[in-house]
Amino acid sequence: MDLILVNLIDGLVTGLLLFMLSAGLTLIFSMMGVLNFAHASFYMLGAYFAFQISLALGFWMGLLLAPLIVGVLGAGVERYGLRRVHQYGHVPELIFTFGLALLIEELVQFIWGKNQMPYAAPEILQFTAFSIAGNSIPAYKIFMIFISVAIFIGLLWVLTRTRVGMIIQAALTYPKTVEALGHNVPLIFMGVFGVGTALAGVAGVIAGPVLGTFPGMAFVLGSIVFVTIVIGGLGSLWGALVASLMIGWITTFSKAYNLRMEDLLTTLGFTKPEAIADSPWRDLWSITSPQIADILPYILMVLILIFRPYGLFGKRGV
Amino acid sequence: MRTSTTLGLAAALTLTVSAFAASADTIKIAFIDPLSGPFAGTGVNGLHQYEFAAEELVNKQGGVLDGDMFEIVAFDNKISPKESLIQLQVAIDQGIRYIAQGNSSGVASALTEAIEKHNRRNPDDRVLFLNYSAVDPALTNDKCNFWHFRFDANADIKMDALTDVIAGDDSIQKVYIIGQDYSFGKAVSSAAVRFLGEKRPDIEIVGNELHPIGKVKDFTPYSRKIVAAEADAIITGNWGADMLGLGKSVLENGYEGPIFTYYAAADGITAAFGETGEGSLRLVAEGQINPPANDRAAAYYEAFKAKYPDGNISQARITNVIEMLAKAINEAGTATDVVPVAYALAGMEHENMWGGKVMMREIDHQLIQDVHIHAHTGNDVTFDYDNSGFGIKVEETVTMAAADSATTCEMDRP
Repeated sequence: MDLILVNLIDGLVTGLLLFMLSAGLTLIFSMMGVLNFAHASFYMLGAYFAFQISLALGFWMGLLLAPLIVGVLGAGVERYGLRRVHQYGHVPELIFTFGLALLIEELVQFIWGKNQMPYAAPEILQFTAFSIAGNSIPAYKIFMIFISVAIFIGLLWVLTRTRVGMIIQAALTYPKTVEALGHNVPLIFMGVFGVGTALAGVAGVIAGPVLGTFPGMAFVLGSIVFVTIVIGGLGSLWGALVASLMIGWITTFSKAYNLRMEDLLTTLGFTKPEAIADSPWRDLWSITSPQIADILPYILMVLILIFRPYGLFGKRGV
Repeated sequence: MRTSTTLGLAAALTLTVSAFAASADTIKIAFIDPLSGPFAGTGVNGLHQYEFAAEELVNKQGGVLDGDMFEIVAFDNKISPKESLIQLQVAIDQGIRYIAQGNSSGVASALTEAIEKHNRRNPDDRVLFLNYSAVDPALTNDKCNFWHFRFDANADIKMDALTDVIAGDDSIQKVYIIGQDYSFGKAVSSAAVRFLGEKRPDIEIVGNELHPIGKVKDFTPYSRKIVAAEADAIITGNWGADMLGLGKSVLENGYEGPIFTYYAAADGITAAFGETGEGSLRLVAEGQINPPANDRAAAYYEAFKAKYPDGNISQARITNVIEMLAKAINEAGTATDVVPVAYALAGMEHENMWGGKVMMREIDHQLIQDVHIHAHTGNDVTFDYDNSGFGIKVEETVTMAAADSATTCEMDRP
């Protein structure tokens, strides 16, 4: 019972982190129709910039400055890269962001090298907030939860309660009309791209000390972010949140408990073959839930695409 | 036009390279390891250690035979067995007789097979395989051959030493084994179960688990299981980002016992663990860095640091590879015919720069040496890793570990 509570908290942390990445991506995707393959690379840049800044000015300045720099970089990429490629259609845009992802990874390796960076949580947060039956919850995790929730509320408020948010929402669906009304739609696009990448930057800053700051960090998280926005529904902030949390909890719980396929199959009435070592079904019988934890979200995505192609909260198909 | 220029350039380059190979009276050692891609850090660091050892231990001492110099020639295998075989062929074509490789037992198995085949078919230009790091026990057992020499202690020998320490600690009652889901992770796990069963049958193995290699974002759920199982000790063969992720995660989530590891040092890992790893991380490896075994080792390390301020001597055994090869070539009186060199290497006893003696076992070409249990610590380490103030310090030593261990090796000698 205690462990369930602990896993709920762990899953929440994972989910919220995923949310920060997918929130920006889902906005960008729904607005421009571009799958930004380089999104996770901006997350990595956030972590590296924050690490570099934290060496000179401390963690908190890193948290403040790194996302800003990443956001400006992102806006620059939209203004001088994507916008030029845009006229040739979606495929060149895709290839552009894909190339950008590779470029950023090589650049990071070139500047910081291939080793893991000693980027650590600030001293002030290096204590155990509380423990549940011997399982300690680090204060840093609580801090991560607060940051992400604050960002979610802030975003939601901007998008639904302010004039800027209303224009963005309108530009999402009727860009031509919004433009005709005298709004600068390209500027809005640039702004959204900048904010989206800055959000990825924030995720990088706070995830770097926990998940490690190394050149492969973008690759590890890259694909799961797309899965999240497809499950949640394109362009839906709520969808991104729900999908992130679902993925966080599903993976955490399936890793934390050793559910065995053998038990499941026996419950379903199958009998284990006698000569299991030679059976073609050997791999199926020996699967445990931690082994397949990381592909469960992908299975979920396939199911969603089959039964609800526009995602949990989305309004249009992929 | 541009293509033809490139072609011409490439052709000219090839010509120069082969001209070099033909006229040189240096003894070349091919270093076939990853120099690009995710494991490039380890590969480049190893290359530096080789170049430094060849320069310092052989060339500055006047070379071997009558003044022949060692030269390390680097080949990038991108840690792929297929690419390694291509590079091996390139090296052989350049007239290189000595092949050094270490990262990944998968690559080492491919190389040792290819080299055996090559030597059988081409008795005039045979080559030797100096394996300095691949620790899959099979390489000196079922897959052994006369041309393969392993300078690192294999996974079983290391686990033997590790379990000696665990067996001697009565406070350890429950052990959790976790590793990466591939051949090496499985080898570590089965060796741990076997040795613990022999030495301390009362120890309960509360978890024995494999996780996907290089794909786990967050180790927290695994840490929770380890803490919930009330493990007194963790054994893991993890390396790279998986080692760091697992280690940091269990320590952050309330685990306080020792973590017994193979590869939790250098290449950024020591720096990233820093204070958190103090008192928990234990590392089984050969080569005593701290405290320095003697003045010679200390001077050698200092000279290395002067040349590579950001580097670490993370594979001390490389000095043994170079010194023993030089000795064998001198004894054989030739560097071109590798058969007498191999006979000289087999059974050779050698004074290890890092303390103690080493002996290349004749029956399976496994180097028998002192294996140490190191602790990750920031207290009086003479030579830290990653310039972090933290390093590894010898806590316990198993002298000439597993000197009389059994082997299934049956090699054909020419």
